[in-house]
Amino acid sequence: MRNDEAIALNRFGLGATPGSALGANPHKALLNQFDSFDPRPPLIAAQPARAELVSALSEVREEKQQRKAAAQTDMAADAEKTPLPARRAVRKDYVSAVHARLQTALSSPTSFAERLVHFWANHFAVSIEKIAIFGLAGNFEFEAIRPHIFGRFANLLHASTYHPAMLLYLDQAQSVGPNSKIAQRVGARGKRDIGLNENLAREILELHTLGDRSAYSQTDVTEFARAMTGLTVGGLGRARFQRLTGNSKPGEAVFVEAMHEPGKRTIVGQTYAQGGEKALGAILSDLSTNRATARHIATKLARHFVADLPPATLVAKLEASFLKTGGDLPSLYRTLIEAPESWAPQQAKFKNPWEWTVSALRALGVTEMPGREQAAVALFNQMGQPVWKPGSPKGYGDVAADWAGPAGLLRRVETAGRFARLAANRVDARNLAPDILGDALTKTTAEHIARAESPEQGLALMLVAPEFLRR
Amino acid sequence: MINRRKLILSGLAGAGTLLAPRIAFAAAETDRRFIFIIQRGAADGLAILAPTGDPAFAAARGDLAANAASGAKLDSLFTLHPALATGAELFRNKQALFAHAIASGYRERSHFDGQNMLETAGTRPYARDDGWINRLLALLPKGESKALALATAIPPALRGPVTVSSYAPSRLPDADSALLERVAMLYAEDAQLAPLWSSAVQTEAMAGAVDPGNGRGGTATGKLIASLMAGADGARVAMVETTGWDTHINQEGRLGNVLKGIDEMIAALRTDLGPAWSKTVILVATEFGRTVHVNGTRGTDHGTASAAMLFGGSLAKGGRINADWPGLAAGQLYESRDLKPTMRFEALVTEALSAHYGIEPERFRRTVFPDYA
Repeated sequence: MRNDEAIALNRFGLGATPGSALGANPHKALLNQFDSFDPRPPLIAAQPARAELVSALSEVREEKQQRKAAAQTDMAADAEKTPLPARRAVRKDYVSAVHARLQTALSSPTSFAERLVHFWANHFAVSIEKIAIFGLAGNFEFEAIRPHIFGRFANLLHASTYHPAMLLYLDQAQSVGPNSKIAQRVGARGKRDIGLNENLAREILELHTLGDRSAYSQTDVTEFARAMTGLTVGGLGRARFQRLTGNSKPGEAVFVEAMHEPGKRTIVGQTYAQGGEKALGAILSDLSTNRATARHIATKLARHFVADLPPATLVAKLEASFLKTGGDLPSLYRTLIEAPESWAPQQAKFKNPWEWTVSALRALGVTEMPGREQAAVALFNQMGQPVWKPGSPKGYGDVAADWAGPAGLLRRVETAGRFARLAANRVDARNLAPDILGDALTKTTAEHIARAESPEQGLALMLVAPEFLRR
Repeated sequence: MINRRKLILSGLAGAGTLLAPRIAFAAAETDRRFIFIIQRGAADGLAILAPTGDPAFAAARGDLAANAASGAKLDSLFTLHPALATGAELFRNKQALFAHAIASGYRERSHFDGQNMLETAGTRPYARDDGWINRLLALLPKGESKALALATAIPPALRGPVTVSSYAPSRLPDADSALLERVAMLYAEDAQLAPLWSSAVQTEAMAGAVDPGNGRGGTATGKLIASLMAGADGARVAMVETTGWDTHINQEGRLGNVLKGIDEMIAALRTDLGPAWSKTVILVATEFGRTVHVNGTRGTDHGTASAAMLFGGSLAKGGRINADWPGLAAGQLYESRDLKPTMRFEALVTEALSAHYGIEPERFRRTVFPDYA
């Protein structure tokens, strides 16, 4: 395989599959994916709907409260043993979504687009470390990210900000304006436990749009948090909010005027006089096209695709494209594809565990994960990158230092041995390696593969070769 | 070392759920058993069954000669490797037969191709799709043709029209030590990966997670195979894959470890098969041998002829060494570097197994080794 084809498949895509050469024009093959990408493939379409997932979450909360109540009676000992069917059901939703994600990644013919889905889902990260969104994390990626990766950046920002998983993960659902109607009513009764929560507002500025240490101050964060008050989740907030969201669909984002902090807001030098959800819309829209946002997104995209320290020339090109088009994502990707920096022969990116695992299975021609659905969850837990479970809203790190460690490396070798057994005697690594890696395959690695003492060992060595660990 | 992951019955589930083991056997009619232990990676026959009586041996083997001479002396020419204690005992009891200067029809030096020839017995690599053991199964009475591979995939020797099962026990989440060693070589020139890898292996070694290759696995495998071949429903033919034989560097310690594993496997089989041991033949063979001379890293490189071993409670010609010894002097070597093959692998198998199963040798050869006349 020619090297530009290998780069298109391995660096831009999720990994070459046996005999997956792209032909004469790999640039065009990548561009074609803008149109051929399926945002809702059957396995993902078959996942439970958002309303169903949210009502399952409500059941988990009830179940928890019931157990708490039972624990306070004489039956305390038995309460510990009470089964929690609702929690189990939610876990099943997570398992099913992870399986669907992996399955889609393994079988997708548009793996550049799939990589973009994973990139954006990690940019707007939610984490199941917060148990409340266990069942919703998959739905977040499937409904807030997938349909919008070929839209404008503003669409992604809006969809992510308005998804219940994000609203719950970053505590927006319970943020209340100190001078809102409801706060005044509650305050009049002497209760003080409601108020502003800055969490989502801060992360939108720091992580989703402008970028840390950029164009905003703490005052901007507070002002933005005030502007966001009222945005919550229907049917799932605390009981006292549930009444207020009564008319909304359970699980959908809803803007509750009674929770909103009234007044004029000034954020990052812009003044928004109208208040309410209209103002929030205008603020999000302005943030989405801010110069700092352009710089931030350009840097992250270049870092993900090209190098931990991306070439300044490439970042500048992406930034200019983003500014010129107001955050039009297909134009941005086109700039990335057309930049010669993106096609540098040197493999500067160390694959993260998700990327490595997916590319390894794809290289072996595995389009369907054998075993139970649970296997996919177990696999990525073991590899050290549980799906949708980063340690912070910043998402998983995207540089080699985050992933290139001794234990992680050993895990890959162990897993490669296991994967090789899946394909041993079916695939000859001596032929497969050049087919998958193109010119990146070094003479040294080719020799080690050829000298392996069994076909199985040859395959394992290919999967852990330096040029397979990188892209 | 023998792949520990394939050996241990109990274990953590983890990603072991990738492949659920399947076992399916029919009822047995008779009791004769055959086990093929393949040594993948080219085992050094000159160390396993050392021709210490050959005047050129000591000079060719240099540092490795002393260790070879410390084993059990079987006759005026051959000394068995010191790690094969059970092997030596069985030989004295006429329950072992060794063959030397033996090879399949393969004369190149690629592991993959050599193993394919050893397992299919075709005229060239990948010329046949079926393996010789599968062809043998077609000759056996129904009760004796239930075959099993101790592996997740059916190895080429067992592939063919007769249905064969496979069994892979739950795997512990560690890699076999042969792969770990290869990875170390693969990363040697990579400034980022080499130090990471050496640190990873050191840490794991301290935690005891990496198989140190001390042979513990051999007993477990032997017991496992014996249990899978026990009872009326047990398999009657089994194949086990072992690795770690490709000893290019520091051969002495490595080879000692893998041979100890084999020896313990044989010992465990003898014990655990019980009365069935007297109706069992075990064949141990490799795809080709290794160079006569030691290389620059106290190892040996890919060669041609090697040694093969047969064990069993009622071997037709136990306690003997089959070898038409070609000699190790300069002019006696194959392509001036390797032990010259003087016996075909197919001939050894035909003689031993036609006797074991009471099949007329020519009929056996025609069916099992149709490409070898």
